[in-house]
Amino acid sequence: MAKTFPRLRAIGWRVAQAVPVVVGVVVISFLLTRALPGDPAVYFAGVAADEASIAETRMAMGLDKPLPMQFFHYVGDLLQGDLGQSLTSGRPVSTDLANRLPASLELTLTALILAIVIAVPLGVLAATRPGTWVDHLCRIVVTAGVSLPTFFTGILLIYIFYYLLGWAPSPLGRLDFIYLSPDHVTGFYLIDAALMGDWETWWGAAKQLILPATTLALFTLAPIARMTRAAMLTALSSDFIRTAKAAGLSNRAVLYRYAFRNALLPVVTTLGMVFSFALGANVLVEKVFAWPGIGSYAVEALVVSDYAAVQGFVLAMALLFVALNLMIDLLYTAIDPRIGFEAK
Amino acid sequence: MTDTTSRRNFLKMGVAGASVLPFLRAMPAAAQGNDTLVVVTGATINSLDLHRTGTSRASYQVGINCYDRLLTFGTKEVPGNGLSYDYTVVEPELAESWTESDDGLTLTFKLKPDATFWDGRKVTAADVKWSFDRAVSVGGFPTVQMKAGGLERPEQFIAEDEDTFIIKLDRPSKLTIPDLAVPVPYIINAEEAKANATEDDPWAMEYLHTTPAGSGAFKVARWTPGEQLVYERNDAWVGGPLPEVQRVVIREVPSPATRRALLERGDVQVAFDIPDKDAAELADTLDVFSTPVENCIHCLCPNFAFEPFQDANVRKAIAYAVPYEDIFQAAAFGRGLPMWGGEEEITDIAWPRKTQYYTDLDKARELMAQSAYPDGFEVPLSISLDLASWMEPTALLVQEALGEIGITVEIEKIPGANWRTAVLVEKRLPLHLENFGGWLNTPDYYFFWAYQEGHLFNSSNYRNDEVEELTNATLHMPMDDPEYAPKIMRMFEIVLDELPRIPLYQPALNVATNGAEGYEFWFHRQLDSRVLKAV
Repeated sequence: MAKTFPRLRAIGWRVAQAVPVVVGVVVISFLLTRALPGDPAVYFAGVAADEASIAETRMAMGLDKPLPMQFFHYVGDLLQGDLGQSLTSGRPVSTDLANRLPASLELTLTALILAIVIAVPLGVLAATRPGTWVDHLCRIVVTAGVSLPTFFTGILLIYIFYYLLGWAPSPLGRLDFIYLSPDHVTGFYLIDAALMGDWETWWGAAKQLILPATTLALFTLAPIARMTRAAMLTALSSDFIRTAKAAGLSNRAVLYRYAFRNALLPVVTTLGMVFSFALGANVLVEKVFAWPGIGSYAVEALVVSDYAAVQGFVLAMALLFVALNLMIDLLYTAIDPRIGFEAK
Repeated sequence: MTDTTSRRNFLKMGVAGASVLPFLRAMPAAAQGNDTLVVVTGATINSLDLHRTGTSRASYQVGINCYDRLLTFGTKEVPGNGLSYDYTVVEPELAESWTESDDGLTLTFKLKPDATFWDGRKVTAADVKWSFDRAVSVGGFPTVQMKAGGLERPEQFIAEDEDTFIIKLDRPSKLTIPDLAVPVPYIINAEEAKANATEDDPWAMEYLHTTPAGSGAFKVARWTPGEQLVYERNDAWVGGPLPEVQRVVIREVPSPATRRALLERGDVQVAFDIPDKDAAELADTLDVFSTPVENCIHCLCPNFAFEPFQDANVRKAIAYAVPYEDIFQAAAFGRGLPMWGGEEEITDIAWPRKTQYYTDLDKARELMAQSAYPDGFEVPLSISLDLASWMEPTALLVQEALGEIGITVEIEKIPGANWRTAVLVEKRLPLHLENFGGWLNTPDYYFFWAYQEGHLFNSSNYRNDEVEELTNATLHMPMDDPEYAPKIMRMFEIVLDELPRIPLYQPALNVATNGAEGYEFWFHRQLDSRVLKAV
């Protein structure tokens, strides 16, 4: 079986390679949260708590036990799929992640698709017409995208499109209060609403997405456009393109079949990187647009030393990154048949 | 809660269906009608049960709006600032009447005969007893707050018959009755809670965490932590005048700029707890209420554990060096009340009161010269990152001013999670900013927490035998006792002379409305949705 499906075996091998990574993440995230200064028991016992009530809280949180014991309990719970209870949200961490991760993913993916749709053609055009107005436009967009901080762009967009013009809906998170969230299937409102056939809610969710996704897209399109332009320039000046041109192939075929395909590899690599940092870095966008995402959740948990929530977040991100890397590797093989798993 | 309300039910409740959406864009305020109010706040409601460990302050509003207490406070007008609760007037909520025995040790409450829980069952004295037992047994904040009113053990609470509830006190205290009107001692539907309690969880903490079971003015229609809470009116409420709005939506919006935009556009009617800066800027165009928080003072605290601060001249020099007016303008944008430049002679028992200090650098230098540290010294000034909005500008101004009198100050920023431990528990910060506010509005209560040795908010490690004695004597003494006022004034005199806390200003709670009225300030600093009206 493994012989007949070499790719399947390769995937299995890659997943197996991820196991030590995840084990490492579990240990490190546990130790790091414990190393955080501050005493969560004091924090959660409340403002007016005395010695006795702090001690009670500590016991209730299981923090009175020695560290190795706490770790064994944590790992034991983890093996049963229990990520623990978040104290800030008062709910199981797994529930929180299930609600918030899709919110962040939906926003980030929408922004990324938007960024790709704009940045890749822009990069290709800039590379094929260096020095023209398209190239300059590309440069301006890239510089602006990198230099404008997302919270500033976010507030600016709200000010113009919501406050002044009134075109955008109220920046009140994923759905205005008059809608009901669609039944939870994937957690992506656009997909869930479509599955239910509830197009009014779908449109409501889509409208809410426009401004935050644009904010994030402005930020993420810069590296993509730059990388596309650079990769295209390198590809266009290589020998095989000269050969193809000499062989009399049409411009179109040279550009898309040969140059673009070769340029895609570094672009895909950049995409993976951009996606991972956008997911973590959209905290500010989430704050400005009241988006109930994973970034603001993690920051709030970190601020109050909410151990379970921080550990759950780190673990979820680690798994996500392992999956992401695997996906990008698979994309490589699809784009460039010379890169095979067999070699590894 | 989210599970029990299906889409269909919610739409049936008369929420504007999605089909009327196009109109909302065109006339937001009008289309929502007068039956729904939208409130935005930056804080997170993380539990529907105040008694639970880790429940955030913002969650206390559920205790206020969804549950009843035996008693509540009256309402008074604050000149220029709308309405406020009135600490001096206690009114019935679930109790119809109450009596106090002659020795002040037995309080007897008669419950309203027509009061019912949301499930239709009558509210009985057994429910009251179960709820009080729970508050004193679960530990943590509710137990501490109950203790402040002399309510410590379940044996003190007796359900005499269905309508009669008795509290036995160890000693008479003026704090007991007000303590029954704070959010903590709310009445839970004990039958419903017990049906959902388990062996490990006798007080149904898990159940009530997500499912309130009360008799209050509002039920929780939906709750999505981190996003929103929807209140739905309980038409059978007898605790007070029925709320005028059918439904109140509390939306969490972390960014103050976004909250402001929403309010100015009129898409939301109330922005609760807005920054001082926004309050100052919006005051001309919208209804802004900036109510000074009762019994709360922002202070600069020199810690007695740090040797130079044991010198009275050094503490006074600091008090004369602080640029009060600049701080009040830069940190509070003039919202709140000044706490400096008052009379030295104390003739009344109003608290917070203006101190006799004011900014006078020459006087400050003179006092430094007389102290044991004429050449000054170095000290870190600690602030909390969570409270940076007022602490940071204040610290910078203090740093600059103390530099003028030879004290080199380095600002140390402490993350929110460590702040409480460092400042209140370990009390190890040499110079820091602090902002205690007492729920029960009497000076002795403030002194109990902030000036008595070892108590939580005494972050300066202050101890004065006379203050210890006077605070103990006045804490439970009725305020009309002839001995009360002289003792309190003596306490003021001592601490304002010894200055373990240097009062800076009394902060304000800012609320802005656009299309709503009836806002009332409460000591618990949470929104009482029951009195709001749409206009």
